[in-house]
Amino acid sequence: MTKNKLPMYLAGGLFLIVLPFILQMFGNAWVRIADVALLYVLLAVGLNIVVGYAGLLDLGYVAFFALGAYIFALLASPHLTENIPALAEMFPNGIHLSFWVIAPIAALCAGLLGMLLGAPTLKLRGDYLAIVTLGFGEIIRVFLNNLESPVNITNGPRGISGIDSVSLFGHDFAKTLNIAGFEVNSVTLYYFLILVMVIFTIIISHRIELSRIGRAWMAIREDEIAAKAMGLNTRNLKLLAFGMGATFGGLSGAIFAAFQGFVSPESFGLMESVMIVAMVVLGGMGHLPGVVLGAVLLAALPEVLRYVAGPLQDMSGGRLDASILRQLLIALAMIGVMLMRPRGLWPSPEHGKSLQTK
Amino acid sequence: MEVLLQQIINGLVLGSMYALVALGYTMVYGIIGLINFAHGEVLMVGAMTSWSIITMMKEASPDSPGWLILLMATLIACVVAAVLNYVIEKAAYRPLRNSPKLAPLITAMGMSLLLQTLARIVWTPNPKPFPSLLPSDPIEFAGAVITVTQILILAVTAISLAVLMYTVNHTRLGRAMRATAENPRVAGLMGVRPDTVISATFIIGAILAAIAGVMWAANYGTVQYTMGFMPGLKAFVAAVFGGIGNLGGAVVGGLLLGLIESIGAGYLGDLTGGVLGSHYTDIFAFVVLILVLTLRPSGLLGERVADRA
Repeated sequence: MTKNKLPMYLAGGLFLIVLPFILQMFGNAWVRIADVALLYVLLAVGLNIVVGYAGLLDLGYVAFFALGAYIFALLASPHLTENIPALAEMFPNGIHLSFWVIAPIAALCAGLLGMLLGAPTLKLRGDYLAIVTLGFGEIIRVFLNNLESPVNITNGPRGISGIDSVSLFGHDFAKTLNIAGFEVNSVTLYYFLILVMVIFTIIISHRIELSRIGRAWMAIREDEIAAKAMGLNTRNLKLLAFGMGATFGGLSGAIFAAFQGFVSPESFGLMESVMIVAMVVLGGMGHLPGVVLGAVLLAALPEVLRYVAGPLQDMSGGRLDASILRQLLIALAMIGVMLMRPRGLWPSPEHGKSLQTK
Repeated sequence: MEVLLQQIINGLVLGSMYALVALGYTMVYGIIGLINFAHGEVLMVGAMTSWSIITMMKEASPDSPGWLILLMATLIACVVAAVLNYVIEKAAYRPLRNSPKLAPLITAMGMSLLLQTLARIVWTPNPKPFPSLLPSDPIEFAGAVITVTQILILAVTAISLAVLMYTVNHTRLGRAMRATAENPRVAGLMGVRPDTVISATFIIGAILAAIAGVMWAANYGTVQYTMGFMPGLKAFVAAVFGGIGNLGGAVVGGLLLGLIESIGAGYLGDLTGGVLGSHYTDIFAFVVLILVLTLRPSGLLGERVADRA
């Protein structure tokens, strides 16, 4: 970090700290939007490791997100003990593990699952991976929807509710915190939790990007055969990228479950995966500021559209609503950006040269 | 035994539809090495178009025979799908032909999403009943039943395959296609226009997909803007299963996948003691895909090809 950049970082940090308090004045719904946007940033930064650095198109990223969310939901809600009598005897008060215990478990499980899925497919051509991951995302969704009989694990399409919130130093995040007469809302508390996670993830990502592993990933992305010829173990490196991306996906899932207090298979459809891929691609694959920009843009888009969509909906007889408009824009953006700015809106200045059209 | 026979019939019907769609994937992949994610959407557009035509024709002349309406609807659906796929290739894939694999793949995904959204706007989201235009009385056949629609599906698939095989193996265009698949640059030097060949490939693929779409609609009796996604995905699995880039492989893969799915759905509940029911059918395709990629990545009939640098 050069010295003249320091004021910029400080100003940015100050802005991020003050932001929720300003938004809070307009109502909690706005802080919630910021929370969701940050959650998407977390997901996009995680996927960026897979798609952006290593160049592996993962279309089932949401499966790892779902896994993290469900692990948290099962270990921090009365659902399991209500449905499995044997467990109820072991834990008479229900399983209510702390977020700080479950989050690493969720991240680890998602990472392991990622490795497990990647092992048979990653040594193959890149485009097979896209289909396998897409199929894998669907498999997970089918299981989430149907694993309610004979033993009710996921509660099917109805989802799991009554999930504990996060608590830190004895304070429950679901309640308003009072610091010296200054009230901090539940949503604002989550804002800071997710913000810390995002910053943590970005720092890790950034450090990896500059490391030997990061350079190896980018070499694989640019030309796998050449990378192999330089002595890189491409299979293990790709597996590492895949597992790492999945780990962050699982972590985001755990936060999501705690934040929402409710999970259902509906939140983990293919559209979510496509959306996260679109964020990474739109912003600039492999470039962290670009990815963050892409995530914020696409996450904020539906909220902006809500104001535009009303009149449009009347004009088109209800055929165009905010969600359709959003899908339309995402689709057009994916095609348009690839055709006109193949490296994204804010591409990295030195890497990703081969993504340019020759 | 009757149950097994019934499942085999259902599986063959399902499989022949997969095979038609898989051919489109495999031909495009064989020539330009792209997984055309939007191919399932072409099937959907074909089915939706035929639904619109049938609705219109039924209103205009309610007395015309069912088979004529169906034939007209299928022909128009084929034309619409062919034009659509031609435009998609020209607008979205051609400019990216020389860029790395990831770029056209993402465009293809965007295209799939775009077509789905547009179809949702044009045809509204609710599922529509597809009128049955053929006699719907089932025909008894050694204890199992088969409908006229199903017989027709098998017959049309067989005819389409015969025409396709003839085109690819015995005509000038077919020879140009095979040459381009082998090596586009050398084919170009020999006087083949790769662009024309690629366009032709997309058009043929679209026609097959549209036929499959109309069949799908007629067989299941309902159309919706999301209907193309699963058949498209599974047809791709079928193409990989048979050996991608190999026409015979796509057919074998499609039929086998159809059989696996339908027999699996019939017996899964009994085999697992009711733990996994028939609603897990959708999983088979992906399990097959992962197994094939692990055990025999080149597919059943495919040859091992080295990565082209």
